[in-house]
Amino acid sequence: MKQFLLRRLLLLVPTLLGAVSLVFVLIHLIPGDPVEVMLGETATAADKEALRQSLGFDRPLATQYRSFLVNLAAGDLGRSLYEPASVVQIIRARLPATLQLALCAMIAATLISFPLATMAAIRPGGWIDRSALTFSLLGLSLPNFWLGPLLMIVFSIHLGWTPVSGRGGLTHLFLPAVTLGLGMAAILVRILRASLLQVIHQDYVQTARAKGLQESRVWLKHVLRNAMLSVITIMSLQFGGLLAGSLITETIFSWPGIGRLTVQAIQTRDYPLVQGCVLVIATSYVLVNFITDLLYKLVDPRISYGD
Amino acid sequence: MATKVWFYAGIAVLILLAASSVLAPLLAPHDPLLQSLDQDLLAYSSDHPLGTDKLGRDILSRTMYGGQISLLTGIATVLISLAIGITAGSLSGYFGGWFDLLLMRLVDILMAFPGILLAIAITAVLGPGLNHVILALCLIGWTGYARLVRGEILSLREREFVQAARGLGAPPWRIITRHLIPNLLPPLLIQATFGLAAAIVAEGSLSFLGLGVEPPTPSWGSMLNDGRQFLLVAPHLTTYPGLALMFTVLALNIVGDTLQERLTGRK
Repeated sequence: MKQFLLRRLLLLVPTLLGAVSLVFVLIHLIPGDPVEVMLGETATAADKEALRQSLGFDRPLATQYRSFLVNLAAGDLGRSLYEPASVVQIIRARLPATLQLALCAMIAATLISFPLATMAAIRPGGWIDRSALTFSLLGLSLPNFWLGPLLMIVFSIHLGWTPVSGRGGLTHLFLPAVTLGLGMAAILVRILRASLLQVIHQDYVQTARAKGLQESRVWLKHVLRNAMLSVITIMSLQFGGLLAGSLITETIFSWPGIGRLTVQAIQTRDYPLVQGCVLVIATSYVLVNFITDLLYKLVDPRISYGD
Repeated sequence: MATKVWFYAGIAVLILLAASSVLAPLLAPHDPLLQSLDQDLLAYSSDHPLGTDKLGRDILSRTMYGGQISLLTGIATVLISLAIGITAGSLSGYFGGWFDLLLMRLVDILMAFPGILLAIAITAVLGPGLNHVILALCLIGWTGYARLVRGEILSLREREFVQAARGLGAPPWRIITRHLIPNLLPPLLIQATFGLAAAIVAEGSLSFLGLGVEPPTPSWGSMLNDGRQFLLVAPHLTTYPGLALMFTVLALNIVGDTLQERLTGRK
């Protein structure tokens, strides 16, 4: 296990460094003079020079990259161009909202997909199975930037059950969580159903039935547990996707998280803030995938990764 | 039987949507950019079957023309990504060595990013515009094809028919283009179908965030974004571009699923 952990950690380093370097390069891809793009054409020469110096653009690229890495290691992502706070402070204030939303989306996806996939797998080819597959296909084809407004029209405007936007109690969470989680639910239904159908024919399931175990126990202890492995991969990959998807969902529902912050920073051309947000989302994605690999081992001790 | 029906229905929807987009200059009832401020936010009229937007522009015409952007972005992204992915993946898989090592690390890093986030970041710094959208989507899109092609070539390159070709003195480029790539067409076709759907959704997302094509050019994503402000008084502004987008992606997913089932036997 130690060796395995070490190997995974060593693989994590170049991936993280690559992600960080990509984010560093981003700001240098701005066509023309980045300082002029950020401040606008009407800015005075003195203002431009001051910003150029504060962002370190007057120094050679290698020096800029080195100090970017050194600052990053010290937890410093620079300062926002417009808000009187550091990028880290701004992101820290917004992160809990995004994590809350992503977590609730994941719960919504689980609550929808697990019962549906299980019922579909109990009678493959039946009407529940066909409905589950249709749901999955529809869920995959509904982009969240349309689903969000659609749910808003039905539940907030016509039925008046939920608030239109903003963050508050559980009712505020419902629509954004469903919007963000539906795509994930659609994928989970497919994967879990396929996994269950594969496990159900295994010898140990037959044995469990033959020894007279209750059907519910067969499903819970033998079938579902063994079908979980592929589901965990998808859930973790999708969790990263949820963070990225939060950019659109948070914009639609005015949810004050890091996704909306990124979009606002893009609109105001606050590039240090954009850089910080992209870095935080990308790093979380990489780390979640790393944790998944570790989780595998806990869920299924048979996995050895050759160590 | 049911699968067959769905497959043909998917193909029919795609043909219909593609035809209405390509033939929009002939079929659309109005100029998609023509503003009539005295006819704003109409829900339905004989002159405007799907109503008008806040500037009195015809929704039907804008939805038809919007399809051109989706189609163009999707096809261009898939073709360019395929070209890069096939070239890089086959060189990497066939020759191996340092090029393979470097390329796969690059693919790992690019795939470590959530694709849409990278596309948003790239278009945010480059600025909006169709070319930038296609560039951003290709930068993330080629990696999947490269990994697929490399993996398949690694498993094919020691097979007898490749060894026979090598023994007959065929140069590497000939082995790759004549013997290896033709064997990869089924999985590539499946991935390209799903890739087309993904690119169309990604373009919609970017346009929705104001990072896609610049106004007043109509695109489904930007129409949805414009309509969002009028959900209460004019929900039809978001309904039709949304439906067009959903049917396109749905049809592509159905076709992709069926191809996967037929060509690989996998559900």
